[in-house]
Amino acid sequence: MKRLLFALPLLLALIIGGFAIWGLSGGRDPSALPSVLISQPVPQLDLGPVEGVATPGFTTDDLVEMDGIKLLNVFASWCGPCRAEHPNLTRLGAEEGLTLIGVNYKDKPEAAAKWLDELGNPYAAIGSDFSGRAGIDLGISGVPETFIIDAEGVIRHRFAGPVVGDGLRRFMEALDEVRQ
Amino acid sequence: MIRAGILALGIAALSTAAFAVEPDEVLSDPVLEDRARAISANVRCVVCQNEPIDSSNAGVARDLRVLIRERLVAGDTDQEIYDFLVLRYGDFVLFKPPFKPSTYALWLSPFAILLIGGVAVAVSLSRRPRKPASKDTHLSAEEETDLAKLMKEDTSL
Amino acid sequence: MIPELGQFALSLALIAALVQSVLPMLGAARGNALWMRSGQASALAQFVLIAFAFGALMRSYIVSDFTVVNVVDNSHSLKPMLYKVAGTWGNHEGSLLLWVFILAAFGAAVAFFGRNIPEALKARTLSVQAWISVGFVSFMLFTSNPFTRIVPPPLDGNDLNPLLQDVGLAIHPPLLYVGYVGFSIVFSFAVAALIEGRVDPAWARWVRPWTLAAWTSLSAGLGLGSWWAYYELGWGGWWFWDPVENVAFMPWLLGTALLHSAIVTEKRDTFKSWTILLAILTFSLSLLGTFIVRSGLLTSVHAFAVDPERGVYILGLLFLSIGGSLALFAWRAPAMEGGGLFAPISREAGLLINNLLLATATATVLFGTLYPLFLEAITGDKISVGPPFFNAGFIPIMLPLMVVMGVGPFLSWKRADLAGVLSRLKLALALAVIASLVTWYVTTGGPVLAVIAMGVAVWLLVATSQEWIKRVKLFQPGAVARIRRQPRASHGMTLAHLGVALLAMGATASSAWKEDIVVFASPGTQLEVAGFELTFESIERQQGPNYIAQVATLNVTRDGKFVTKLYPERRDYPVAGSSTTESSIRQTLAGDLYASIAEPAAEGAKGKWTLRVLYEPLVNFLWIGTTLLVFGGSLSLSDRRLRVGAPRKSKAAPVGATPAE
Repeated sequence: MKRLLFALPLLLALIIGGFAIWGLSGGRDPSALPSVLISQPVPQLDLGPVEGVATPGFTTDDLVEMDGIKLLNVFASWCGPCRAEHPNLTRLGAEEGLTLIGVNYKDKPEAAAKWLDELGNPYAAIGSDFSGRAGIDLGISGVPETFIIDAEGVIRHRFAGPVVGDGLRRFMEALDEVRQ
Repeated sequence: MIRAGILALGIAALSTAAFAVEPDEVLSDPVLEDRARAISANVRCVVCQNEPIDSSNAGVARDLRVLIRERLVAGDTDQEIYDFLVLRYGDFVLFKPPFKPSTYALWLSPFAILLIGGVAVAVSLSRRPRKPASKDTHLSAEEETDLAKLMKEDTSL
Repeated sequence: MIPELGQFALSLALIAALVQSVLPMLGAARGNALWMRSGQASALAQFVLIAFAFGALMRSYIVSDFTVVNVVDNSHSLKPMLYKVAGTWGNHEGSLLLWVFILAAFGAAVAFFGRNIPEALKARTLSVQAWISVGFVSFMLFTSNPFTRIVPPPLDGNDLNPLLQDVGLAIHPPLLYVGYVGFSIVFSFAVAALIEGRVDPAWARWVRPWTLAAWTSLSAGLGLGSWWAYYELGWGGWWFWDPVENVAFMPWLLGTALLHSAIVTEKRDTFKSWTILLAILTFSLSLLGTFIVRSGLLTSVHAFAVDPERGVYILGLLFLSIGGSLALFAWRAPAMEGGGLFAPISREAGLLINNLLLATATATVLFGTLYPLFLEAITGDKISVGPPFFNAGFIPIMLPLMVVMGVGPFLSWKRADLAGVLSRLKLALALAVIASLVTWYVTTGGPVLAVIAMGVAVWLLVATSQEWIKRVKLFQPGAVARIRRQPRASHGMTLAHLGVALLAMGATASSAWKEDIVVFASPGTQLEVAGFELTFESIERQQGPNYIAQVATLNVTRDGKFVTKLYPERRDYPVAGSSTTESSIRQTLAGDLYASIAEPAAEGAKGKWTLRVLYEPLVNFLWIGTTLLVFGGSLSLSDRRLRVGAPRKSKAAPVGATPAE
């Protein structure tokens, strides 16, 4: 009993050490924030079109009615990584038959229109989130972010950061999982 | 008034620099404003390292500050505002973790530690050869003389 | 060439440390005096070599040698000289070099000053100290070499983060590290005692000055850090319960407990295994801090260059040092109890409560800091544990501690008369109640706990003063002579306890009754805070050495009468690409009037400035209190009987001839 008491500090230190090992391993990102929206229906959104862009805006109901898997991509013309991931998303939409929905986050409409003109517009609908309020409803922590929404309109995966390089690989894995 | 300002704020948040809560966010009702400040101090900025939105320059933090004030003006209680935020960002945004099964251990830890420590101290004291096994708190005659002798030596204080 | 010599010196230091980690230990085991004494030579050699390496790196900073990567990343040729020097430790590699430099300095100090320490204990202590050296010097050489060159060298450097270009922050790390790392020697003493299997009052007496030195320095380091945050970050906060702050605070808390329990071990030959455990844990918490700051395990506002690979290496070192020492503790400590008897009401019991509360406070902070990690590992949920938790958990532990602190010094060893002591403290109690009532009456709102805390702080202030007055018999003839005759350590205790009381007042008042106003300002803007009228008069551009400043002029009046002018600044550092806020503060004992400016974010406010004005009541009590803590610690340290290297066998000194702290 007494010996056990004296071994207690060692025991506690080892337990803390175990957690520390876990914390350092497996590419854990301490600042990554998991979304609370996973397995939840898309929150109620009602976003008008971006001024000067022909693509319509959308509501959550519109989203649910669309067939198949949808990618909800939060982007902005002022965001460099968005530019980098844009070709990948365009290709994914065309090759994998996914519907791309855009949320234009806190962007000047002229700038967004110019950006889409230059890079191409793969989106079936683009909602303008000038105030950033939809961003809050979606719980985003930055741009770009991409949500994978299944046929029933349920959010299945949230991907923070650009879908490029290793990100693309991880995104494809998540997509395969949703498809099954 | 606040609603009219929202669009301008959205753009403003894109430019960098500035600090924390801004004058144009401030509510004219000081009671509501105090509540807004208190809430913002307890809400963690999701894009920063470890800062409350009250002192963060990040755009999202600013949006949240404005949103909190809007809801306060609309008549929400503090709890409703916290719930609104948790629904979107999870418990992570609360600097004060909610009291629920996953945090029972956290909230009870100070009491538990003090209790365990107190019991340990009490046990170790009672095991000292200070007195016979009885619950009698008086010292034995022998110990009294020892103590008296020691006390005499002790001239400090 | 010199950077290479620095690196070479570091490699030689590793060899010296390797020798020192084995030879004296073996010598102590075999009774070989020569081997034992070799520890002193190698400790000094290690110190000289690491000092050379440190000097070499500092030289690279001073002459802006941009062939060294570390200098390129953290310095700039236009930077003021003070910050070039401070840049040496303003980064991961350099600060680690400072870390091992202080480690070696403490080892050398024991070798040099510890003449009266028994040969075997000293040899073992130096060996243990060298184990730590081996770990961290090799860590530097293998993962974090500060002397790496860059080819071709760039024309100029990337500059040090402007926030860190500040006098307070230039000296904050060295002080903090002397504290942090200073506990290493106490740790080494503890491990050596465990290996030797003997802890006696003499041991405690040798350990106390080192503990006190480390603790005093850590107090100063923490105080400076808070002060820096207060005036530099532009919004008047001084403590945020951030993980990195917590890991520096925990060694302080537990070190405080150690300071007190070592007294009991020295005077009364008891609490032995507990004192040993505290010595081990205090340094373990320092190591944990080093690990957390550099591994990126937890998210913090105080970002260091974070690298999980380095984290793994340090974790390995932690496993060996903390795990090893605690295993040794589990094995050897059970045989070490015994010692003096004492009644439930006695100074020993008082110090026991002190230790219980301080240990609980430390454990609470530790648990709260690590809980998000625990929960994420177990359930995957991410939560934040912030100031509301720590305030709720920490303050209720500190208040009873302060109540006991008022009583403790009155208690005599072994057995005390509590009723008698309390009757002496009627005045303190009355004043405490009055203080609470006055606070409650004067302030509008604020938490009830804050009102109580003010009362408790006054209680401690008055009780401590009363104890001192009684001890020196202030109002009887010959008081001055008595004050002189009294050991300095006892005056040190009084000062430190007074410091805690003032600190508590400052902390409470400046958090609970702060006033805070933010406006858009342009020349002519007027506002009112806490009875002061402020007028924004003008703003002008000034050129600094490596920055451009916008300086505002604020005219402050009270009831129409001129009070002062405030000059808050915004500085832009073009090279580092960031800006800092230089607040302007009118400091008075009653409270600070604090102004800072920033560029407004809102577009409609072009040409205006965001002006923030705070009134922080009693905030200077924080700095005065911290100064008293440091001064009290230094005074005790200067006590002849506590002086490093002049310990005597306690048997020779009459028990109780020395007052306890």
